[in-house]
Amino acid sequence: MLNESIKMALDGMVSNKLRTFLTLLGIIIGVGAVIAMVSLGFGVKENIKDNISKLGSNLLMVSAGGRTASGARLAAGEGARLTFEDMQAIEKQVDGISGISASVNTSYQLVAGNQNWTSRVEGTTPSNFYIQNYELDDGRLFTERDMNSRARVCVIGKTVADNLFPGDDPVGQIMRIKKAPFQVIGVLKSKGSSGMGMDQDDIVIIPLTTAQNRMMGITHVQRITVQAENENVINDVQAEVEQVLRTRHKIKEGDYDDFTISNMAAIMDTMMETANSITLLLGCIAAISLLVGGIGIMNIMLVSVTERTREIGIRKALGATYNNILLQFLIEAMVIGVVGGFVGVALGVGASYGISHFAGWNTVISWWAIVIAVVFSVGIGLFFGIYPARKAALLDPIDALRYE
Amino acid sequence: MTTLIELKDIMKTYVMGDSVVHALNHVNVQIDYGEFTSIMGASGSGKSTMMNILGCLDRPTSGEYYLDGKEIAGYNDDELAHTRNAKIGFVFQNFNLLAKLTAQANVALPLIYAGVGEEERMERAKKALEAVGLGDRLDHKPMEMSGGQRQRVAIARALINDPPIIMADEPTGNLDTKSSYEIMDIFKKMNEMGKTVLMVTHEPDIAAYTKRILVMRDGKLVSDERR
Ligand SMILES: Nc1ncnc2c1ncn2[C@@H]1O[C@H](COP(=O)(O)OP(=O)(O)O)[C@@H](O)[C@H]1O
Ligand SMILES: [Mg+2]
Repeated sequence: MLNESIKMALDGMVSNKLRTFLTLLGIIIGVGAVIAMVSLGFGVKENIKDNISKLGSNLLMVSAGGRTASGARLAAGEGARLTFEDMQAIEKQVDGISGISASVNTSYQLVAGNQNWTSRVEGTTPSNFYIQNYELDDGRLFTERDMNSRARVCVIGKTVADNLFPGDDPVGQIMRIKKAPFQVIGVLKSKGSSGMGMDQDDIVIIPLTTAQNRMMGITHVQRITVQAENENVINDVQAEVEQVLRTRHKIKEGDYDDFTISNMAAIMDTMMETANSITLLLGCIAAISLLVGGIGIMNIMLVSVTERTREIGIRKALGATYNNILLQFLIEAMVIGVVGGFVGVALGVGASYGISHFAGWNTVISWWAIVIAVVFSVGIGLFFGIYPARKAALLDPIDALRYE
Repeated sequence: MTTLIELKDIMKTYVMGDSVVHALNHVNVQIDYGEFTSIMGASGSGKSTMMNILGCLDRPTSGEYYLDGKEIAGYNDDELAHTRNAKIGFVFQNFNLLAKLTAQANVALPLIYAGVGEEERMERAKKALEAVGLGDRLDHKPMEMSGGQRQRVAIARALINDPPIIMADEPTGNLDTKSSYEIMDIFKKMNEMGKTVLMVTHEPDIAAYTKRILVMRDGKLVSDERR
């Protein structure tokens, strides 16, 4: 009986190709959209995770200038600056630290031969290479000795190397940063662009002391980066760092910090939450289109029941029971759901690949989204099929036979 | 002879607003196994209403209906459906074939609901079509056949599940004279082979094929004549 019903349903669908296609389309688009959108949302999440773990999810960034409880930024006054000594104090007094660096940042024009280029110049301690996961491609990194002698040496990123020394080995060559000559001692391996679309290879790294004294004429540092031993201790480390700095900056009990600590783990959590909301939102919008597809099934099924009233009457006269007719129409609705579901999965997966290929956005196809979408579309076929099928099954055989 | 059908004081009443129509008005009748009966009467006299009740498509407003010794009035819809499937073969005035199915698939239809497997269904449908002289039309759709041929497909369908009773409401109403006689010859042959045949007609020459004629007027059975 089940076989017969499935066959009758398929026959009915084949004999009404255009209508079947249009009905299917609603489900196909719905399922496809759910899968594509959820994949996109998962891709965003994956991206965020990836980027933050590239940066190091066990990092704390300390910068000058505080925030009130409401988040308003306080002006970074003269006394509110971070110093190299702050860094040394943190390194000495705080437990659970596996690395620490101090840095300053600014943009300068770079010249080498007849090439010129503008990029970010970061003055930092040698430990920063390790903390920020920079790897050397060629040459060497600068050392404590370079720091102490305020050496005019620099390590450059791939983008800078390509622009200033096209087709040349940059190591050992001289380039000018804000007109001052620097020797290129190393080239970094490419890190690619960050999650926020910034080119991480467009950078020149020089010793902190060189940047402070010779380039910027300042004694303070702009940022201290603290690397905790692992993500579990990061909150303790953050509290201790805050305490050390409050003591050193002589901040009274109850006053706001004159510095800000960004916790990468906390930032990641926030961003993940945002990504989850986006995924949910996209998924819901797509699910609504699936629902509309379901209403399309109901609509077509109702038309089909009306059109086939006479057929139903004949079948009933020949001995079809309530269940026989109900099953026939339910299966028809479910077949639409199943076929639409599977074609929709193919479309959704295809669209996901398309999005990542053409738009360059990361997408992650999630198996449970596929399973849920298919189950849901079959369920929708059932749910929206029940009413028309019941209507058909309840038809009075005499009325149905008399129907013109 | 044993009784196959017995109607006892059957009433069928339609209430439309203020007017009450007694489509069947205290009908009593008894039909035995193997009878060949026609029901005659003017239009609106209640012939179709009676056939629908006899055919288990409809229920009487009151009265008792015994089919094969069993009281039908208390049957639910599914029991009526099973009864129609097993005991009654229908032939309609307008054929009532499914346009999208071939002759063979149309004939096989009742067997789906009898739970017969596909292979056996098709085999039996082929035999039934051969029996009504349409062995060469198995794959034709109803639209590709003449009225007489269609009615023969319908008769093959009525016979497929080997029911004891064949019921036909004006089976020749849409046919020309020649086809009508051909159809009546088939009914006659079926009756000779043991089927109980019950049909509605208002044409005397068609009724003349039958052995018993019931006449209805205004929902009442006014004449019952055996020949
Ligand atoms: N569904 C119905 N609703 C109301 N009246 C009906 C219905 N079916 C039949 N009737 C009435 O019952 C009477 C008998 O009808 P019917 O049995 O179809 O007559 P026949 O087949 O002899 O022409 C007619 O008066 C008809 O109008
Ligand atoms: Mg009639």
